Amino acid sequence: MEWVFTPEEWQAVRLSLRIAFWATLSALLPAFAVAHVLARRRFVGKTLLDAVIHLPLVIPPVVTGYLLLLAFGRKGPIGAFLERVFGFTFAFRWTGAALAAAIMGFPFLVRAIRLSIEAVDRRYEKAAASLGASPFWVLLTVTLPLALPGLIAGMVICFAKALGEFGATITFVSNIPGETQTLSAAIYTYTQVPNGDAQALRLTAISIVIALLALIASEWLARRATERLHGR
Amino acid sequence: MLKVDVEKRYGAKRIAAAFETAGQVTALFGPSGAGKTTIVEMIAGLVTPDRGRVTLGDRVLFDAARRIDVPAHRRRVGYVFQDARLFPHLSVARNLNYGRWMRGLKADRANENRIVEMLGIGALLGRRPAGLSGGERQRVAIGRALLSEPEILLLDEPLASLDAARKDEVLPYLDRLRTETRMPIVYVTHVEAEAQRLSAESVRIDGS
Repeated sequence: MEWVFTPEEWQAVRLSLRIAFWATLSALLPAFAVAHVLARRRFVGKTLLDAVIHLPLVIPPVVTGYLLLLAFGRKGPIGAFLERVFGFTFAFRWTGAALAAAIMGFPFLVRAIRLSIEAVDRRYEKAAASLGASPFWVLLTVTLPLALPGLIAGMVICFAKALGEFGATITFVSNIPGETQTLSAAIYTYTQVPNGDAQALRLTAISIVIALLALIASEWLARRATERLHGR
Repeated sequence: MLKVDVEKRYGAKRIAAAFETAGQVTALFGPSGAGKTTIVEMIAGLVTPDRGRVTLGDRVLFDAARRIDVPAHRRRVGYVFQDARLFPHLSVARNLNYGRWMRGLKADRANENRIVEMLGIGALLGRRPAGLSGGERQRVAIGRALLSEPEILLLDEPLASLDAARKDEVLPYLDRLRTETRMPIVYVTHVEAEAQRLSAESVRIDGS
């Protein structure tokens, strides 16, 4: 079998990386906000909020994809609004794939960040307040840097989850080569056509390589962040 | 002048104090578990009293009856914690500058150098808290609180977590702090000798 990638295969790889990158990046700020609220506040409906965030983990991905289609499709209430007002659409675009991946990765991101915020020693936050730091600056200069290793770990999990997303993506934005055909969708497609084995295998190999690289990179980043935090 | 009259209940335990400072140094003296730290936290705005009033000079920091509760970061009350609490991710120099940045104060090199020299921490500036001894950490913590330009300094058992040799290392700096700055100080301790050594007046806190 040939180990040379065809342009179509590279396209799927590049597209997957782009989708996973933007999914992780756009999920980061909302995930941090939600994780901070869950870690630090007590309020009515907290259990419900926690459950809603974890929904994408437990309902079938196809259902999530279908709900996205209903809401963000051209005829969906949010989709129609976005198209009318901003001329922007998620439907059958790579941006839609990124949205689906972001929602599927969101629970993992929130969970990792929440745990790392809960692990931050609040005595440092009190010290910062006594030195004149407002709650916002305490968050930015103390809580965030001390939670950084967990935040990095969460981003990598979210990225990996986004790379592997299949069910919600294919339901929401279909399987269009060059636009929404991610690695997983491409592998699936090649397994469905005669003589697609070599292509499917090559893409499988590269998915494993990407996942391994992401894990190694996160280990290294998290170790460096921890050393920076607690080093001499 | 600091005037305090506060009360806080945790279940059956009642923590209360009523005093005002007169001289430069006031010692809050009492046995372990009497709630001294809680009282200091109420002054600093880190714990909300159930009842009472705290004023610093002509500023009301807390008044339960009038629903005044100035947040900790606007109180200008310097706090040196028993466990120092230097930010582990920042160098000593950045720890020292933290209060100035947060309060948006102008850099005052002369004042900075004077405090660094007074506390003998000039050689530590590039180091991280993890590499400091307990006594060094406590001296940096005092410097950090001073450089945030508070109107009063609360020292909460700054020697309690140090061994005898480290205590002797820090004590002379506390003397210099008292004589070389005019900073009003509330010094919390459960050791009577420490209270007597540093201060003219002493407030007794008893648990109940």
